[in-house]
Amino acid sequence: MAKIELSNIAHTYEPTVENPVYALKKLNMVWEDGGTYALLGPSGCGKTTMLNIISGLVRPSHGQVLFDGVNFTEYSTPARNIAQVFQFPVIYTLMTVEENLDFPLKCRRVPEKERKKRVREVAELLNLSDKLKRSARKLAADEKQLISLGRGLVRSDVSALLLDEPLTVIDPQLKFEIRRKLKTINERYGLTMVYVTHDQNEAMSFADTIVVMNNGEVVQAGTPQELYEKPETTYVGYFIGSPSMNFIKCNFDQGRLQTAGGSIPLPSSVCLPEEKTTLKLGIRPRFVSFADPGSDGALKGRIEMVQEFGNYRIATVRIEEDIIRLKLPPGTEVPADDAWISFPENKICLYANDVLVNGNR
Amino acid sequence: MSLLMKNFDIRIDNVPHLNNVSLEFKRGKLYTILGRTLSGKTTLLRTIAGLQTPEKGELILHGKDFMGLPVWKRGVAMVYQQFINYPHLSVLANVTFPLKRAHVPNSEAKKRAREVLAKVGLSQLEKRRPRTLSGGQQQRVALARALVKRSDILLLDEPLVNLDYKLREQLREEFLNIFQGQNDAIVIYTTTEPGEAIQLGHELIVMDEGAVIQQGDPLAVFNAPSTIRCAEIINDPPMNILQGSIGGGELNLRGKVTFPVPDHLKGLSDDAYIFGLQAADLYTGGDIPGKVELSEISGSQTILHMQGSIGSFIVYVPGVHHHPIGSTVEIGVDKKRIYAFSVDGELMCPPTATSGQGR
Repeated sequence: MAKIELSNIAHTYEPTVENPVYALKKLNMVWEDGGTYALLGPSGCGKTTMLNIISGLVRPSHGQVLFDGVNFTEYSTPARNIAQVFQFPVIYTLMTVEENLDFPLKCRRVPEKERKKRVREVAELLNLSDKLKRSARKLAADEKQLISLGRGLVRSDVSALLLDEPLTVIDPQLKFEIRRKLKTINERYGLTMVYVTHDQNEAMSFADTIVVMNNGEVVQAGTPQELYEKPETTYVGYFIGSPSMNFIKCNFDQGRLQTAGGSIPLPSSVCLPEEKTTLKLGIRPRFVSFADPGSDGALKGRIEMVQEFGNYRIATVRIEEDIIRLKLPPGTEVPADDAWISFPENKICLYANDVLVNGNR
Repeated sequence: MSLLMKNFDIRIDNVPHLNNVSLEFKRGKLYTILGRTLSGKTTLLRTIAGLQTPEKGELILHGKDFMGLPVWKRGVAMVYQQFINYPHLSVLANVTFPLKRAHVPNSEAKKRAREVLAKVGLSQLEKRRPRTLSGGQQQRVALARALVKRSDILLLDEPLVNLDYKLREQLREEFLNIFQGQNDAIVIYTTTEPGEAIQLGHELIVMDEGAVIQQGDPLAVFNAPSTIRCAEIINDPPMNILQGSIGGGELNLRGKVTFPVPDHLKGLSDDAYIFGLQAADLYTGGDIPGKVELSEISGSQTILHMQGSIGSFIVYVPGVHHHPIGSTVEIGVDKKRIYAFSVDGELMCPPTATSGQGR
């Protein structure tokens, strides 16, 4: 177990080219011992590169990887004592479940008594105890993935567990179970975990700290609540939350925020922006509701679509070029054609050049 | 026009994949098939496409036997989980390909292909090769190739499952518009996600272990699942299932919590029941204490996995909240929203009130 630091790390996959494209732009990151982290971002954002730099599968073009303050940049993957679980189960098909779990310990010549104890413990944790003698290849995909996970957990000397989209092959309902197990493992062993995913739900459910990445950069790192309530950029507001945060173009004029659908007072948490600056007003779909026609602070738009999801419904309202989604309780009535919408002032996030300019409370 | 499946049985390696399945699909409707992995969804689509032959069963399209027709004569278009395109052809050539095979004149083929590409939002990319596109764009190419044939039957096998979360959200919404234009076709769409099945389907078919367990209007099925098994499949997060009983005007949950029988369940005789409660119908701030075992935060909700006097249960709280593992939270039950099932798992009485939560 260890604190892991990435110090001035940057990486390009084409080091010989002039002006190469950087998969990871210069950054500093600290992974505290025992923390749970999620690296979240779309395909190609650099999250897997960052994970592979930690595990040593990729040697960074610049910077250092420190484990408890010691420079490990030049150390190979085995020397780093990192366990990594990949997108698809990696198992030894000719072995039983027990042999699979035992294999990493056998390779490290751990005494047999200790091996048996660890295998039994991990099998119990993952509900594999009654399947130990079964052939690994005959299990369902999710059980195979549990074996991959188990092989990472049997070793007591692991510094961190890195998970690269480990639940891709798993049914939604079983994802719950496996995530619950991962949390238990984190609690019980205090193991640092870094979890790569493009799925915000998985990231938010799993980690205490979410690191949002885009274009090779860390755009915001924070707790799920911080990312949801105070996205520092419009990108984070778009990427976190389902549906995404709504954005309405506006400018500040005559003491109010002017939008194409009407004007609203400037939220009191905002320092006065310069008149006529182009701004975006951000508001989460669950904070928007329908208002009486023409009421003060309500914006006028047109209903585009209503989608039914069972647990909730989503109404889509258009104000010129802006699309605003409302997340509504089941059965909420939606007006036809013209609709007026409003939202509480203290839930508004205001962005200038796509960067947050108010701290909403 | 309709497609009729009668008494389908399929066994693969002696394991039943479809078990006496009978269904009718009508033109101009979109059917979503909801089921977990290995429930038989893919097998069903493959059988319609002609890629799999059943041991038993009839397949009748518009009154004529369909089973005897080979794959290429069935006029079925299919979109798969994986993005399948011709890597050596441009996007436009990928989409005109099936038309060329059908000897549609070149100019006509291009015209139709461009119409479909506009519909799926790829007009600007027609000269590109599929591999240079993002996953979402590649799947749009596959969808365009399926749509351009104007087939009577369009099959989609979990087409969004391999896409980024945000793309799934976006394409789901686009699909509503794209499929609206398919009035002449039968569209069948499989998924493991309840929300997606309800949002897209005109009609919902719930499958489990190779059998159809419920069928109907998506929201009606969601509001009144006929069995506990169906309730489990159509609720994400899972429905809370609690043993209990009704007796002497009182409803008892797991022998621990008792309250007067809510109005909608007053018609039930005194007996043992299994009660179902959607996670959104439990709320924080009641009088039943529970310990948080795990707090999951999804985009806009917090899902609490809890342990209390009534056993383990799941609570769905609107908004993003931090609840440390092991902390105590008081829970309330929206009693008007209780489902009553018989001890055999058959629905006896669904709630009549709509959920007040779920935001």
